[in-house]
Amino acid sequence: MSIYLPIAELPVNILLIFGLGIAVGFISGMFGVGGGFLMTPMLILVGIPPSVAVASVPSHMAASSLTGAISYWRNRLVDSGLGLVLMSGGLLGTAAGVWIFSLLRRAGQLDLIINLSYIVLLTVIGTLMIAESIRALWRALQGQQPVLRRPGTHSWFHGLPLKFRFRQSRIYVSAIPVTAIGFGVGLLGALMGIGGGFLLIPALIYLMRVPTAVSVGTSLFLTLFTMLAATVLHAVENRSVDVVLALTLMIGGVIGAQSGARAGQAVKAEQLRFLLGILVFAVAARVGLDLLTKPAELFSVISTEAGG
Amino acid sequence: MILRKTPASLAIALLLAPFTAQLAHAERLVTSLSTHRVLISSNFTGTSLVLFASIEDSDATKEKPKKYDIAITVRGPAATFVTRKKERILGLWVNYESRRYPDTPSYLAVLTNRPPAEFGPLELQTKHKLGLSFAALPQTIAADEEFGAALLRVKKAEGLFYEETNAVTFLTPTLFRATLPIPGTAPTGPYEIDVQVFANGALAAQQSTAIEVVKTGFEAFVAQSAREARLDYGLGVALLAFVVGTLAGLVFRRS
Repeated sequence: MSIYLPIAELPVNILLIFGLGIAVGFISGMFGVGGGFLMTPMLILVGIPPSVAVASVPSHMAASSLTGAISYWRNRLVDSGLGLVLMSGGLLGTAAGVWIFSLLRRAGQLDLIINLSYIVLLTVIGTLMIAESIRALWRALQGQQPVLRRPGTHSWFHGLPLKFRFRQSRIYVSAIPVTAIGFGVGLLGALMGIGGGFLLIPALIYLMRVPTAVSVGTSLFLTLFTMLAATVLHAVENRSVDVVLALTLMIGGVIGAQSGARAGQAVKAEQLRFLLGILVFAVAARVGLDLLTKPAELFSVISTEAGG
Repeated sequence: MILRKTPASLAIALLLAPFTAQLAHAERLVTSLSTHRVLISSNFTGTSLVLFASIEDSDATKEKPKKYDIAITVRGPAATFVTRKKERILGLWVNYESRRYPDTPSYLAVLTNRPPAEFGPLELQTKHKLGLSFAALPQTIAADEEFGAALLRVKKAEGLFYEETNAVTFLTPTLFRATLPIPGTAPTGPYEIDVQVFANGALAAQQSTAIEVVKTGFEAFVAQSAREARLDYGLGVALLAFVVGTLAGLVFRRS
């Protein structure tokens, strides 16, 4: 069943796009990540022009994360206060990231720098998460108490001023490191063209000691707003948001996200961290393999004129 | 946009006009196309046009009709393409060298009755841009084999460059028919169709026509909104995401 995409200017199999929306929506709801790092490459693989894929995916992420966030919200697993403080840093980080992005592009070899930093970052985060969650799972198997939240242990940033109590997260910390995390995630997200959920969640879990489920819920809440903003920005700047593609992805996405959110709340926190670690690691491996193996076609052709 | 030939091709046509007359071939070409407007709606997956043409020869000798060769070249709107080659640097495959191909057709189909190499000498092919490689690439960079060949190969794989050497069917020795494919991925805009008739290894007659590939109805409305009402369009898509997400949240509430 084919349908013509008015902005991408090509016919696509609508059931395939719908299926992609469901699959990525499930992952999005389960782990609280936007799923852009999975969806964008898949759409490009299907033949959607990269500019249209990058611009249309955020609206799918917004819809999926909204429906996921509603589910987490009902179970009081969204810390809106923490989300808002993160967002203030995130907006500054995104602006800085967009600026650095254009600087790097002018210098050439942007793709290589992005891919390399992607691999390094994801491999490190993925490995740390897998190792930590295996230790936690092992302890659970031995019948020991989980020791992720160590009451009384204070990091250096607990001495900083501007302290807030974030109730849902059960933490009492300064707004400064929270804003810094938001800034870092926003910066890297803009540089790599991703929402940054899978950077934010580990940061909240391991640095801020926020419970896993609240990290996921808060990340969904944050992703909703950044992706809505990204949709409008892409429409104004690049004119490459395809509403037909976006709507198809969205409907698939919300269906997948609902079941994903339920699945995510059903499994144990350390199992969820383990699975997310595997996912992050797999993405790093895929990007790495692309760089290391000889491509079947050495040449690529791009049109320098934007479609329109 | 408005249906119009590019100034360059118009100039070539003007230059060629006296020539073709001067070559004093008595042939005249009459063509007819099934449509001049390809309309894209939501179920568009590509289409094809039928071209009929008749060669009228004023001093034809009834006993020994001439044998004609036909080349039909369809060119979509011009664009600039960049061909990049990946090289292995420090063990990593990265984009290294690249070539720019300005003013290259975004869609190109060359239909002939037999391989253009059999039409006549090589000069005939280069002069009249017969065949995919001559029609696609400017002479100056056609020599840069590797990159030019890659451009043709990639575009062919995408279905946007198309070559068929038995696509022109003669119904009578002077009447022929061809089917011009317009794939679903065809870019929108004006398309130029050149019909060339060769006899005895020389151009005997030529006729140019044009079609336009345009979006219609909902597709045209969306494309126009995205282009002209950017902010409203972006806010609209964001609102759509919000509505879809909220509705799903409500629908799935019980359970």
